[in-house]
Amino acid sequence: MARLQTSERPPQHPGGIDASFFGRNVPPSDTFRPKKQRRATRLPRLLHPGAWWLWAAGLAVAASRMTNPLLLLLIVAVAGYVVAARRSPSPWARSFSVFLKLGLIVIAIRVVFQAIVAAPIGTTVIFTLPALTLPEIMAGVRLGGPVTLESMVAALYDGMRLATILICVGAANSLASPARLLKAVPAALYEFGLSVVVAVTFAPQLVADLDRVRTSRRLRGRAVGGVRGTAAVALPVLEGALERSVTLAAAMDSRGYGRQAARTPLARHATAAALLSALVFVVIGAYALLDASAPAVLGLPMLALGFALGIAGFALAGRRSVRTRYRPDPWSWPEWGVALCGMATGATLIAMSIAGVPGLIAPVDPLAWPAVPPLAVAGILMSVLPAVIAPPAPGLRVRAEVAA
Amino acid sequence: MTPVIEFASVTITYPGAERPALANVDLAISEGELVLVVGQTGSGKTTLLRAINGLVPHFTGGTLAGSVRIAGRHTSTHHPRDLADVVGIVPQDPLLSFVTDTVEEELAYGMECLGVPASTMRRRVEETLDLLGLADVRDRPLLSLSGGQRQRVAIGAVLTAHPRVLVLDEPTSALDPGAAEEVLAVLQRLVHDLGITVVLAEHRLERVLEYADRVIYVPGDAQPLVVGTPAEVMQASPVAPPVVRLGRLAEWTPLPLSVRDARRQARDLRERLLHRPARPRRTLMADPVVTVEHTRASYGPVPALRGVTLDIAKGEIVALMGRNGAGKSTLLSTLVGLRRPDAGTVRIDGVDPATLTGPRLIGRIGLVPQDSTDLLQRDSVAAECADADRDAGVEPGSTAALLARIAPEIPGDAHPRDLSEGQRLVLALAVVLVATPAVLLLDEPTRGLDYPTKERLSDLLRHLAASGHAIVVATHDVELAAETATRVVVLAEGEVVADGPTAEVVVGSPLFAPQVAKVLVGPDGGDVPLTVTEVREALAVSG
Repeated sequence: MARLQTSERPPQHPGGIDASFFGRNVPPSDTFRPKKQRRATRLPRLLHPGAWWLWAAGLAVAASRMTNPLLLLLIVAVAGYVVAARRSPSPWARSFSVFLKLGLIVIAIRVVFQAIVAAPIGTTVIFTLPALTLPEIMAGVRLGGPVTLESMVAALYDGMRLATILICVGAANSLASPARLLKAVPAALYEFGLSVVVAVTFAPQLVADLDRVRTSRRLRGRAVGGVRGTAAVALPVLEGALERSVTLAAAMDSRGYGRQAARTPLARHATAAALLSALVFVVIGAYALLDASAPAVLGLPMLALGFALGIAGFALAGRRSVRTRYRPDPWSWPEWGVALCGMATGATLIAMSIAGVPGLIAPVDPLAWPAVPPLAVAGILMSVLPAVIAPPAPGLRVRAEVAA
Repeated sequence: MTPVIEFASVTITYPGAERPALANVDLAISEGELVLVVGQTGSGKTTLLRAINGLVPHFTGGTLAGSVRIAGRHTSTHHPRDLADVVGIVPQDPLLSFVTDTVEEELAYGMECLGVPASTMRRRVEETLDLLGLADVRDRPLLSLSGGQRQRVAIGAVLTAHPRVLVLDEPTSALDPGAAEEVLAVLQRLVHDLGITVVLAEHRLERVLEYADRVIYVPGDAQPLVVGTPAEVMQASPVAPPVVRLGRLAEWTPLPLSVRDARRQARDLRERLLHRPARPRRTLMADPVVTVEHTRASYGPVPALRGVTLDIAKGEIVALMGRNGAGKSTLLSTLVGLRRPDAGTVRIDGVDPATLTGPRLIGRIGLVPQDSTDLLQRDSVAAECADADRDAGVEPGSTAALLARIAPEIPGDAHPRDLSEGQRLVLALAVVLVATPAVLLLDEPTRGLDYPTKERLSDLLRHLAASGHAIVVATHDVELAAETATRVVVLAEGEVVADGPTAEVVVGSPLFAPQVAKVLVGPDGGDVPLTVTEVREALAVSG
């Protein structure tokens, strides 16, 4: 399917991949150029967003399998390096640092909670908080008490794992905005995708609105901060957002949003039947899988049938829409490469954790410097390759102007 | 030629309204016409425009009697989306109508909805980028574009569907004169080269009148429309640009619609005006109330003000002009202490405004922002006035009394959002003025105002200045500047590039000169009246 999409496109298409990328069919004039310049003829383009999200998912899965802080830091470094090398020129691309900060907050929260709520591990007491045991009705939870070094380190590692997963999402987010990912959804899910896109573009405007309302409060000589100030700001902002959505809806309607192709009753019924029976089969299959006493034939086969019918149903439903797509993102070699790198990382770490290779879980009680398994390092470093595999992002010059 | 837009005895009534917004409209517009819709605010111009593609009543509610036919399709049986391939409608604020986030995707969006094949889409996007001069910004985020670029993207976004009719609601009202000309040039090209029918509503007639083939005057209150050639309609229209009013005053026939027409007939008038008394030199109350010294400000890495130095005295009305993004709004927000300058000093009455809050701030300086609704947050005019009394710490009822003096027709129980644009502005002004600020700032006050409302605003501002307020108006509206300002400051790239009495700054400038000055300026320049009022007074004196 991916090849089909690319072959339909005009050959000189700047967003596409042209033959010179593979070093084949390079026009004669190009062969006289020094090698370095010829490599630069690889056209800048944005990678298919799906590839970046698969890559990031692989990294996130890998992170979820370990608490070794050194490996987690390596994952963050890999993600950060790739983002720095290949982020897109859109304003979204700057969100990576936000996710880094979010990660730090997550770690802080995890550590504080551990200190206050959880039962301590180990014996090295750093300090003791005033203790409070809740009454029997509330399960007798103990708050406060001695805080041990071991439990703090364990919380730090665990927090780092959560933060790393979050940062992987952040990396995908800055490499390919969710809006672009949603554009690649199948036609039947288009409406859903569009509403998310619209919501996403509203967010910065809401912030701008908030700013304006706060400004106007100052202009009228009122308090800007505080509970009352904040509450008074909410209503005008919501009013503005509502007005804007009505305007946008009118604009979309007058530009042809929601046109439908004529469909035969047969097609309509077939779609409904496919989707309904898919649901039934999936429910039966899931039930059989979870209930050990059900016959095996009801399990996976039913689930598979259900999913197949579901896909068919979506395909049928997609025909209702007359939409075509402008310059769809192609899926070709770099996409395969990037996605496979991420998945290889994920697969390596899953395999290692199933096989019980030591070193993924850092020792906490007793505390020790974590070991670094070379196989895990190699697996994680696979994911740095996309910084080279992926074509450079176009239009980096835009970034400075966006700031205006 | 068969008309492409046909209204047959159309009456539109909104739900809950006592009177129809439009009554018994019969209208036929044929292929390739550029039709200008004029009228006062709230007269039903937008209703008329939105009825063309069926947004009224499909989207707004209300009832439509009679029939509207676009390229043979009735809006009663076709939803706006089913007319998207014949009518493209560009709403007032293009930013609110954008669905996607980059230029190219926005241009393609409409075609995607219509199911245009991918290769055709590609070609049309490229053609449209060239046609509208947008090729340089093709992959820019829409939020980073200038006002004129946004407007052109909005036009392009509907144009790619190859509609036969293009409907625009005040396409130039938010634009500086240069950007407005860009947009109008594009529209003319569409009409002349592609035969597209263009229907546009606009308040700033001085910008568009000369391009129109026909003018529809919407009188409001469900009165019958007046349709005719621009000269016919302008003969009696209460909304008329300065050049037309000058023509009416001088009794020129045919009535001039453009500066060029008027200049041909203006020789006599020019000679009569030669001997008029010199403009009285205004003596200013000496002490500056606003001092700005070497002030710099920036947004991130982008400088917005690069060392501005400016003194403003009591009784002055300063028009702050310059293209979008020249630093006008930044200067205003620095003056009112919303942002601290990166360098330099700003003093209002000798005090740094950034250190002031509450009544001490609003008693010194008041700003009416671009969208006056921002300032109004309550659900009735009376509540808003009561709030303003409390904010300013004045006697209850002061704001209401002030409002009654400057705009007695505004009912106290009305919702601020239901008021007309002009009424809202006056309400915001009253709210600001009740604290008796020494300095009054207005950001783009005439956006969406019709001529009579603008005149009232000018009178009010002159009155305030005479009573000792210092006033700064950031505006693109050269006619407003000519009417009211005693001094014009032109900003470009965050620097002051011109600063002087209005007449001296604007007369020589091709962009900032008001129409009357353009008509009457002689080959040697010199002292020229700027407004129709000045001409009338001069003629009255010289007999």
